[in-house]
Amino acid sequence: MTSTIDRGLADGASPIGAPVPTPIVVNSEVSQPDKIYRLTAKTAGFGVLALLFLIGLFLVIGGWPAFKVAGLGFFTHSGFQTQGANPVFGVLASLVGTVEVATVAMLVGGPVAIGTALFLSEYAPRWSRRTLIALVDLAAAIPSIIYGLWAIFELQPNVVGFSTWLSRHVAFIPFFTVTSPPLNASIFIAGLVVGLMIVPIVASISREVFSLAPPGEREAALALGASRWQMIRTVVLPFGRGGMIGAIMLGLGRALEETIAVTIILGGSFSFGIHILQHGGTTISQMIASNFGSGGQLGNHVLLLAGFVLFILTMVINLAASAIVNRSRSGAGTDL
Amino acid sequence: MTTTPLRTDDMAPAPAPARDPKGDHLRLAGSAAGEIEAEGVYAWFGSRLVLENVTLTMERSKVTALIGPSGCGKSTFLRILNRMHEVVPGAQLAGTVGLNGVDIYGSGQRAMDTRRHIGMVFQKPNPFPAMTIQENVLAGLKFSRSQAKHRDDLVEEMLTKAGLWNEVKDRLGSLGGALSGGQQQRLCIARSLAVRPSVLLMDEPCSALDPTSTLRIEKTIQDIAGEVTVVIVTHNMQQAQRVSDFCAFFLAEENKPGRVVEAGPTELMFGNPADPRTADYVNGQFG
Repeated sequence: MTSTIDRGLADGASPIGAPVPTPIVVNSEVSQPDKIYRLTAKTAGFGVLALLFLIGLFLVIGGWPAFKVAGLGFFTHSGFQTQGANPVFGVLASLVGTVEVATVAMLVGGPVAIGTALFLSEYAPRWSRRTLIALVDLAAAIPSIIYGLWAIFELQPNVVGFSTWLSRHVAFIPFFTVTSPPLNASIFIAGLVVGLMIVPIVASISREVFSLAPPGEREAALALGASRWQMIRTVVLPFGRGGMIGAIMLGLGRALEETIAVTIILGGSFSFGIHILQHGGTTISQMIASNFGSGGQLGNHVLLLAGFVLFILTMVINLAASAIVNRSRSGAGTDL
Repeated sequence: MTTTPLRTDDMAPAPAPARDPKGDHLRLAGSAAGEIEAEGVYAWFGSRLVLENVTLTMERSKVTALIGPSGCGKSTFLRILNRMHEVVPGAQLAGTVGLNGVDIYGSGQRAMDTRRHIGMVFQKPNPFPAMTIQENVLAGLKFSRSQAKHRDDLVEEMLTKAGLWNEVKDRLGSLGGALSGGQQQRLCIARSLAVRPSVLLMDEPCSALDPTSTLRIEKTIQDIAGEVTVVIVTHNMQQAQRVSDFCAFFLAEENKPGRVVEAGPTELMFGNPADPRTADYVNGQFG
């Protein structure tokens, strides 16, 4: 028996005596065009990474003077009072508001987007599919300022009634209690409009993942007597889970950084709390947008530091998203 | 199978006796095997007619093989038998398909119910890869929301029938996608049998498998044939001879839709076919 293991153990010669050849050197010279291409690609790749790093560095350097003044108090205070002898500023209310707006947006936009994606990939009649997909993609192209204007003139007047109803009937959930009316310009309304804004992108990515669900498994479920919905739950959703979560996380990244629409709706008061239905609240991007240039030298440092906090937050979310997507089966792991 | 002494009994016109007492017992325990009568079946993909006027009876508790060259409509016909044809966009059909005398395309008949009575095994093994072996076997029951009382027993019974039990009994909790191709196909057979169908359709179930797995599945087909009616599409003439009681030869002549050229007992089809085209095909002259 002359297995490779035997040869290896014999150290240079197999048990039956035949000399083992040394491995040949394979000519792996890269051609000139290939080298140029590699260099270009490498430069572009590292360029993007460098840019990312430099932006982070710029924010750290720019925000450092503000951090020296406030220290960790930057995270426990709220406000943007940078003039005078005793400046008070901090990112707490904005950070809480950002997370709240994003959460409302995900809770509202996520299910709507997944439902839209399932309709487009599973239920819509074939002849209408292309048109509907194009329309959904088109919705992603609407500028966010338009969403903001629409929200303040049309959505908000109509939603306040719903907010009131929530505050009266589901106030046993702490988030829906109201301590100080009015109910306009609230985190809830801001979250609602951001939720609608992220629907197209989340729906678009999810739909693509759903449509990749293996036809063999789909037929297997149907042939066992599954209804359409049972087939979706057994095959399409488990297959698409990773892509779906990735899409929602991408939407979340968008929701966290959305500026214009939120700035229009929220008044920008630094009050904060868990009462998302009532007037007031702020987000980091809103804080930066509405206070830019108004706080003097220190003010600029404060805004850069706030920007760094947002930068880290979105980066963590996106890294988590790509980790989940990479681990999932969507598009890999089966050839059925 | 072709040489078993029971064969002549099987071919008797009267309701055939079960192959063996054990099969008879199982038949009484589960739902009875069904008889399928297809009459005047036509099929289209878009505007293209692919199947023309097929009338065929697939007898209760027997194995019927559909043979013929590629593209002659065998698989299409098979998929019409459990309403999987209509899943394909643009697919249409005409004619009637009776299961024990009830037209499965009659008004008020739901495709889901038909498919629960007429199971299907596909060419490419398609277990649910994210489910465990046990969950795969029970998947069909979940769809019909039936509460199996002795789930473990059922899983064992079905995997045993599919000839997979000994290989997987110690790892029922591992994923269905982790099995080899042949094992996956047997898992799919067990999954189809678990809902106790009256008919099992098999669309070239062995064409993606190695010879050993193929023989194992052929044995399974013979074992289950007493309690379910089996209709199998195959390109393998030896396989058709080994497993089937009856054969139907499909042929699509150039630029024409597929038709049944000849159908009858397998022995006759291979030994003394009436149509010269059948003789050519079964003797490997074309196709």
